[in-house]
Amino acid sequence: MRRFRALYVAGVAAAAGLAAAALASVVLLVIGASPWATFATMFGGPLRDLYGASEIAVRAVPLTLVALGVAISFRSGILNIGAEGQMQVGILASTAVALALPRLPGTVLLPLSLAAGAAAGAAWGGIAGWLRARLDVNEILSTVMLNYIAAQLYGFLLRGPMIDPDELMTGSGTPQSMRLPRGAWLDRLVPGTRLHTGLLLALALAFLVWLFLWRTTLGYRLRAAGEEPRAARYAGIRVERSLVVAMLLAGGFAGLAGSVEVAGVHHRAIEAISAGYGFGGIVVALFGALHPAGIVPAAAFFGLLLFGANMTQRSAGVPGNMVLVLEGVMILAIVSAGMYVSNPYAQERALRAVRRILRPRGDAPGAAPGPATGEGGP
Amino acid sequence: MNPPAPEPIRELALEGITKRFPGVLACDRISVTVRRGEVHALVGENGAGKSTLMNVVAGLYQPDQGRILVDGEPVRFRTPAEARARGIGMVHQDFMLVPGLTVAENVALGLRAAGPRLRLDLDRARRSVAEVAGRHQLPVDADAPVWQLSVGEQQRVELVKTLCLGARLLVLDEPTSALTPQETDDLLARLERMAAELPIIFISHKLNEVKALSHRVTILRRGAVVFSGDTGRKSTAELAALMTGHEVRQARNDGGGASGRVVLEVTDLKVRADRGHLAVDGLSLELRAGEILGLAGVSGNGQRELADALAGLRPVEAGAIRIAERDLAGALPRRFIEGGMGYIPEDRHHEGIVPGFSVTENLVLKDVGRTAFSRGPFLRLGAIEENAARLRDRFDIRCASTAVAAGSLSGGNIQKVILARELARAPRALVAVYPTRGVDMGAAEFIHGQLLSLRASGAGILLVSEELEELMALSDRIAVVYRGRILGVLEGPAASRERLGRLMAGVEG
Repeated sequence: MRRFRALYVAGVAAAAGLAAAALASVVLLVIGASPWATFATMFGGPLRDLYGASEIAVRAVPLTLVALGVAISFRSGILNIGAEGQMQVGILASTAVALALPRLPGTVLLPLSLAAGAAAGAAWGGIAGWLRARLDVNEILSTVMLNYIAAQLYGFLLRGPMIDPDELMTGSGTPQSMRLPRGAWLDRLVPGTRLHTGLLLALALAFLVWLFLWRTTLGYRLRAAGEEPRAARYAGIRVERSLVVAMLLAGGFAGLAGSVEVAGVHHRAIEAISAGYGFGGIVVALFGALHPAGIVPAAAFFGLLLFGANMTQRSAGVPGNMVLVLEGVMILAIVSAGMYVSNPYAQERALRAVRRILRPRGDAPGAAPGPATGEGGP
Repeated sequence: MNPPAPEPIRELALEGITKRFPGVLACDRISVTVRRGEVHALVGENGAGKSTLMNVVAGLYQPDQGRILVDGEPVRFRTPAEARARGIGMVHQDFMLVPGLTVAENVALGLRAAGPRLRLDLDRARRSVAEVAGRHQLPVDADAPVWQLSVGEQQRVELVKTLCLGARLLVLDEPTSALTPQETDDLLARLERMAAELPIIFISHKLNEVKALSHRVTILRRGAVVFSGDTGRKSTAELAALMTGHEVRQARNDGGGASGRVVLEVTDLKVRADRGHLAVDGLSLELRAGEILGLAGVSGNGQRELADALAGLRPVEAGAIRIAERDLAGALPRRFIEGGMGYIPEDRHHEGIVPGFSVTENLVLKDVGRTAFSRGPFLRLGAIEENAARLRDRFDIRCASTAVAAGSLSGGNIQKVILARELARAPRALVAVYPTRGVDMGAAEFIHGQLLSLRASGAGILLVSEELEELMALSDRIAVVYRGRILGVLEGPAASRERLGRLMAGVEG
């Protein structure tokens, strides 16, 4: 049985891969692109050199941070869809702090700026948590609405009060803030690439989130409240409070993701900086089974997809939107494969089918299926 | 035109059925023969293999070894549809009905396979329902939406549906578990008549029903047959002993009622139900150390709201709940726990445990913050594991490992997890709400024994129950609740079924 299980998992994975490739090929052939060249660029391209690997990691950092927060919130029974907005207010806050205190030494300014971003994101998420705990406002509704507000606020501040004075002087009017003072930058990890020390921060936090959720009393209580609020309440856990705590943490992680992106990559607040990481992070969190050990590789995989899509668009001549379609196909294939792997009935059906094939007709019907798997009777 | 009633199966024989799951031998060479004209009871405790065996018969599982013969002819069911085509009609414990559809529509769902693919032939379904209902005296309204029917009526609909789909033999999996006593009597009477028409396999662990209904009985224990023969040859006690593997005695309160100090005092309590009316309306009671106070009453007379209020889970409108001299009415659950209250809730799957958490985690649900299980903000995993191992042995919690999800255990074992957690905290007072409802005989016996030994150790227990046997066997005093207040309190020995019954019906005196 165990041997069959391994074969089964491998078979499902292979089938999913083939199905995804076949579907994607159809899409590509319809638009007149070569499937082979596209796949080679998408997966081979980013992994060909150090630069490609570093770009994957650059994208994985914010995805990991957002996903860690999302995992905390989902595990605590509150669905944070507002990471995008929380990132934006985080970016605004850390940019404002860094620009307001340019003379502080880097050892103070950088942590202060990151903390400001996390705090702003936490506050933004906390609103939704409080509304749910106090007034039972559905958090999906409130976080999505808060996303709209944050997006408008972000656009307004970058076009108005926080716009770089140079942009006004030259008249180009690109909506972006002034460049942050050097002290507020995250160092480059690998010279010549954009990879920054935020990667180490993200990995350390992944470990800490695991420690928090599975090794502390507060984490235990949050998970209990998320898993079965009625039992948690009966056991003396204050479920409403844990919802607020979870949203503060989730917002904090999203805000920090924004701050790290500014301090590590762009060094100023620009439009579209969050680049959909707020939503991508939710997919990464679910993909990584809401567990840090799954989230880190999932973020790397999505980083590969994002960067591969970028390269495909440039070198294989496939429109960027089509690449999104391919990504969707792949994600569906992987999710479906997961369902098959975890479904014991599907496995039993497969086992029967295999036995039928291996044992030609001629058996008495109803006879024992025998020790085909080396697991026969005594 | 209706097809004539299908010829019933004359004989269903299972020969040496063996089914393994990883780590478990669910069925161990089981042989059973069921013949026309008989009700064959299949009894055993949870996990004895009854359901696995019937799932093999119904085509949900394939046996690892052994064979099935219908009327002497070997058959092989690869899918439930194949079993159905051979006339095996299974009625599951949880009804398989679509609540929003009418009875006829539900039947049509199953008939679809036999009729034209795209046309919904509701008339045919309706005719079929009327015909089957008439033949078997199972009155159902074909056009009633299922959600409007009582549980007993839904049970009838399930039977009619199964028969409409061509059942020539019925398998009923614990059909009475959700029924009221009246509905149960009604169902048993109907089944008795139906037995003349077609063979019935009746799965149950309620031995009085088995005695009343079945002609022959097969008893399973740990996947193997321990007895098979005429029901009339064994007494209920003998059946119970065979089923559990040991003599079953109803644990009894040996009297000598303690008159210790008052541990829980409820005065003029008023609590609202979810729908807003006063479900507890001026209720007062007193629980002393070292006694079991039974709270009898038909469910729905304020028991749930009272129990919620005693755990701090429901706001209190008026009145006092004094625990150790302090009024806690309306306080947070935490305060009740700290005051030494234990609680075995009615809904054990959702209030008693966190189903997705492991048994280990559930055993410290109320105590993770205590220094025994945490150091600063961190959990002491070693101590938590040790606690689980100890309680598992002491309370005989049957699980492959304490790392499995508590929600995957049987009802009786879930109840033992809850009992273990509550009793390990050495409560001053314990509120136990329907503690043995739906658990098998062995587990019930164990739970009763534990409650009595908690009483002996000096705690007060408020036992909320509908079962008079249980109340009379365990209680020092029995209070009867009716419409949210106590109608009368009887001393244990003075309580007769008749007096309790009258009080529960709201008749004073």
